Amino acid sequence: MSALTGWTSSRTAAARRDGRLAGSRRPRRPRDDRRIAPLFIAPVLIGFAVFYVYPTVRGVWYSMTDYSLLTSPSYVGGDNYSQLLHDDQFWNSLKVTAYYVGINIVSQTVLALGLAALMHRLTRSAVLRATLLLPWLVPNVTVGLLWAWLLDANLGFANHLLHAMGMGTVSFYSPNWAMPSVALVNTWAYTGYTALLLYAGMLQIPQELYESAVVDGAGEFRMFRRITLPLLRPILALVLVVSLIGSFQIFDTVAVVYRGSPIPETRVIYFYIYQQAFTFFHMGYASAVAMVLVVVLGLLTFVQLRLLRASRSDLG
Amino acid sequence: MAWAILIAAVVVTVFPFYWMVRTALTPAGDLFADSHALWPHHPTLINFERVLGMTSSEQNRAAGGSGAQINFLWYTLNSIIYSGVIAIAQTFFCAMAGYAFARLRFPYRDAIFGVLVAALMVPPIFTLLPNFTMVKNLGLMNTFAGLVAPSVLMTPFAVFFLRQFFLSIPREVEEAAVLDGVGRWGAFWRIIVPMSRGPLITIGLTTTVWAWKDYLWPLLVGRGEHTRVLTVALGVFLQQSPNTQPDWTGLMAGSTLSVLPVLVLLVLLGKRLVQSLNFSGIK
Repeated sequence: MSALTGWTSSRTAAARRDGRLAGSRRPRRPRDDRRIAPLFIAPVLIGFAVFYVYPTVRGVWYSMTDYSLLTSPSYVGGDNYSQLLHDDQFWNSLKVTAYYVGINIVSQTVLALGLAALMHRLTRSAVLRATLLLPWLVPNVTVGLLWAWLLDANLGFANHLLHAMGMGTVSFYSPNWAMPSVALVNTWAYTGYTALLLYAGMLQIPQELYESAVVDGAGEFRMFRRITLPLLRPILALVLVVSLIGSFQIFDTVAVVYRGSPIPETRVIYFYIYQQAFTFFHMGYASAVAMVLVVVLGLLTFVQLRLLRASRSDLG
Repeated sequence: MAWAILIAAVVVTVFPFYWMVRTALTPAGDLFADSHALWPHHPTLINFERVLGMTSSEQNRAAGGSGAQINFLWYTLNSIIYSGVIAIAQTFFCAMAGYAFARLRFPYRDAIFGVLVAALMVPPIFTLLPNFTMVKNLGLMNTFAGLVAPSVLMTPFAVFFLRQFFLSIPREVEEAAVLDGVGRWGAFWRIIVPMSRGPLITIGLTTTVWAWKDYLWPLLVGRGEHTRVLTVALGVFLQQSPNTQPDWTGLMAGSTLSVLPVLVLLVLLGKRLVQSLNFSGIK
């Protein structure tokens, strides 16, 4: 929309300039780039068609076939989907993922919000920000290994700390602890990144608001609740959408820590898809599970975008 | 009080990395005795030599390893090539397309762009399965071509991000150049690209980090020795070390190697990287 109006105005400007130079009033022919444009977009269009559009269509087709990777796919209609409904392991993987996402999103968002607010009110140090970004730069595989070592039941530093505080040994890989542990490890890995996104949003809040609030005698906590939080809401909502969708895709940490054979309590949906496709060679069935994930994520995005819009109109 | 919380956050962020390096410097034999000491009693570089392939299998076994030859230098190089090629090519092609979608006039421009952006919604695993079968059928397993194929030409996000930036450049700037006869390509290459150094570096950096961290695709397509990247190598290394008594000192030395390059990146380009978040997060 704005692109179009921009184009018209610059065209008239160019025409005017043209007219001045040539000393004539002949209007320039409307520009059309249909000859050069294909060259600009060809690589991206090829990449998009071959690695996004075609596989999406293939994926939908696979989900309705029996396909072992070794023989060609044979059509089975909705069989994979009806099998899904009675597949306890599938439902378990959804449950495990939701459990993980719940813990991860809440802890990550709350901590990141706190950190961002502290940075915003205290310091603009670039060193501090770079430090907080460090865990985000590191591969999840490294993060997984690193924490597998720190949380080791015998020699891990975490248990050493717990002992020092007079508590017993926690075996972080046990069924009860496994998923919360993984969630907290990834909270460690992504909180700094999230905090910096929120911090960037806070920088856009006019400083005067805080100054006048201080004059009115408002405390820090009150300012956070009355100024920071409401004005940050659109960005907070956006960050939430992105991290929620991101955290549904947990795979690397679990794959590494459990060496490719996780206990049922940690078999998240990505891992289940991976196992079905590449361990059991049920490519068709794996595609059907992936299809369900597409629908779930689509619904979540839709709901969250609705909330996002609501919060925008709220602010006016 | 507030400062105390910030300092605590920094300690929690940094300590695991410190512990990783400390463990990497501990001789495997001292692991139990030294398990909680803040500094190993007999610091050694043997673990680094081990993961860099500078030791014999006998020495590896003596140092607590499996005896297998490992060469992380090679995998690090693979990782650098993998992320470098993807970052440079993807940024270049997406800049071209971003410019076309922001500026050029051609039929169905907005419709095509709309379809492209819609692809942001599809979770990667959905396209990953058919992409895998395609790469396999094309005989590109364990080749660099197969590794970089899905992301070397584009990601919808990069096109979207760069178009957004190009829209904000005043039209008059390149309009004058076009009238001078350099053509669209000349205007893009000589005016727009130099003007957009910041966003281009930003998207290039983000892509580098993303590719550096990538695990699942290289695990499926580049498992072979010659195309194995660092993340996959670490996973393989872990699987080779015994379940009951993992080779922690070697693993931590390998992990340290996977952090070093990004640490260099952070020190060199930290400011740009931090700023990039201000760009990318909010639009």
